[in-house]
Amino acid sequence: MKEKNWKPLLLLSPSLTAVFLLLVVPVCFVVVYSFWLRAPSGQDIPAFQFGNYAKFFADFFYPSILLNTLRVALETVILCLFLGYIPAFFFYKTQSRLKPYLMLLVMLPFWISFIIRTLSWINILGDSGLINHLLLKAGFISAPLSLLYNEGAVIMGLLQYLLPFMILNIYVSLDGIDKSLTEAAQSLGCTEWQAFKEVTLPLSMPGVSAGCLLVFVLTCGTYLPPMILGGPGNEMIANLIFKRVIGTLDWPFGSAISVILMLLLGLIVYTYNRYMGINQIFKSLSNG
Amino acid sequence: MGNDFEKRLKDVHESYSQGNISRRDFVKFVGITGATLGIMGGPFGLVKQAFSGSKEITVHSWGGSTSEALRKFAFDPFTKESGIKVIDAAFTGMDAFLTQVKASYPPGGEFNIAHLSAVYDYARYTDLDFGVVLDETQIPNLKNVMTKMTDTLRGISKGTLSAVPYDLGQTGIAYNTQKISKEDAEKLGASLLFDKSLKGKLGSWGGDFRTNMWYAALHTGQSPNNITDEKAVWEALKEQRGLIKKYWASGSELMSLLGNGEIYATVAWSGRVAALQKQGHPIGYLAPDGTYSWMEYMYVLKGTDLAVAQKLLNFMLEPEAAIAVALGQNYPTSLDPTKVAMPDEVQQLPAFDPTGKLDGYLFADPGYWNGHQLEWAEKWDRIMAG
Repeated sequence: MKEKNWKPLLLLSPSLTAVFLLLVVPVCFVVVYSFWLRAPSGQDIPAFQFGNYAKFFADFFYPSILLNTLRVALETVILCLFLGYIPAFFFYKTQSRLKPYLMLLVMLPFWISFIIRTLSWINILGDSGLINHLLLKAGFISAPLSLLYNEGAVIMGLLQYLLPFMILNIYVSLDGIDKSLTEAAQSLGCTEWQAFKEVTLPLSMPGVSAGCLLVFVLTCGTYLPPMILGGPGNEMIANLIFKRVIGTLDWPFGSAISVILMLLLGLIVYTYNRYMGINQIFKSLSNG
Repeated sequence: MGNDFEKRLKDVHESYSQGNISRRDFVKFVGITGATLGIMGGPFGLVKQAFSGSKEITVHSWGGSTSEALRKFAFDPFTKESGIKVIDAAFTGMDAFLTQVKASYPPGGEFNIAHLSAVYDYARYTDLDFGVVLDETQIPNLKNVMTKMTDTLRGISKGTLSAVPYDLGQTGIAYNTQKISKEDAEKLGASLLFDKSLKGKLGSWGGDFRTNMWYAALHTGQSPNNITDEKAVWEALKEQRGLIKKYWASGSELMSLLGNGEIYATVAWSGRVAALQKQGHPIGYLAPDGTYSWMEYMYVLKGTDLAVAQKLLNFMLEPEAAIAVALGQNYPTSLDPTKVAMPDEVQQLPAFDPTGKLDGYLFADPGYWNGHQLEWAEKWDRIMAG
């Protein structure tokens, strides 16, 4: 019996070592740094004080960027949900032989670098980009529309990055639903819409919430779309951390902001796990 | 290596976009690079390097045409002459590089020479004790460098040198000549960057509070190195924010925004403007009174083989190499034109000073700017974030 207990641990030890060295240790460093001080020359002074955390909350500028990040994350989640549920439902219902290839299309963006995908929006949304070019050529507008360097462009960049995560999560959840349940509901008098509303939708909720959580967490930590596609005022919390760490060499304060973000996201994940169960995400990812 | 490789790929892509190389050559380069990485990269590359025993030195620079010129006209000829390999690396920005150097402290020799810009960064590296003391007798070509440049650096590092000045440039104002006339630009001067009629068509460098405060100081009639009415500067920048379309983050982005007509006016590095003009873009360059001037230097970091570094620096200061690099980078060399004859092409570069005295050039006072760095950088972040 004792032998059985340590065998899984032994098998897991390479992974656990990697996680410990590459995740736990760096996070501990960040936490320790968050209590340090920064000298005017940029050097770090070891200390144990909460000044960096107090600085964050004493000045509304920093929480406002965090709130802005949460708002953008929420908007992205809602858009991803609406845009992701429809194709996921289509994949679930379709009997087409092309289904595997259509599913492949969802994965296709992952084959291209995230930076390149984000940069490509400049050629689509810019003043001399594809959309403005076509609208100007067609005579619908006389001057280019401001489509780039604003929040809309940032959310567009986030959507193209995160939509596959939402689609795959929902699809995996839908795929696990016994199709005879909806048939039974319809045979008992439900319309197709009622069967969807009363049977399919509730049963797909674990996938929906898993997708929402993944999209939300990934958006909160994103850095590139606001930097490349955003304009003045579209800064998110990851950009702020970058500026504090790289721009002003203020590692202690940058670490404190990172810890605050980490705790907030940890709280969200904990809440989710308590009510929905975190295993749904792993199920979706492994099946996806 | 990853960043360096990515930068190199971007450079080739930039050359392809500009039509300097054909599509066939571009695809060929990418293919050969991939195959080479597959065969020679990873463990095989490391083993090969470990057994080679050859001397080498790493130089970090700005990438793009700057690194290309250094590689072609300084590093390759140096390697050919001395047998010492020069690893040409690129950083994404001065702040990011300083973070990397700081993270690698105490020095293990992974960072050797950095092509840094502006005197305040010389002061930052020196204050952090990252520099070395160069043996000037081993760099005889240093005698040809403009005295004002070396004296400025000596003033920071207690009479010694941790770097050799290499080139100089300006952050002036670039404007689209099809949208803004030369007369209007000259009449407005620094205030062109705050012109309300250009709302949504202005840009600025988001990564540097100094540049933005500098021009706001000029706009509000103050000396950038002694801002007396700080509030007026922040108010001007706050107002300007509403006119800005994009705070750009890199030289490539600056060129793209100007070249594509996304913005009509912005602060801009003189060499990048010269590059755009060479490519035929309708971009004018304005250097109003008090234009932000800066010098670039080759900073030698602690842990570097000094004998090798000094040998390379001396080679880089040979007139033939320095002039060729200057032409490739579009920035005038640090060599004194009264001591070394400069060709016409160099004399026509923005920021060139035929007197070699740099009397009319306004540089950032390192003590003044570094003393306010943390406070002003944070305030600048607030302005950008609204």
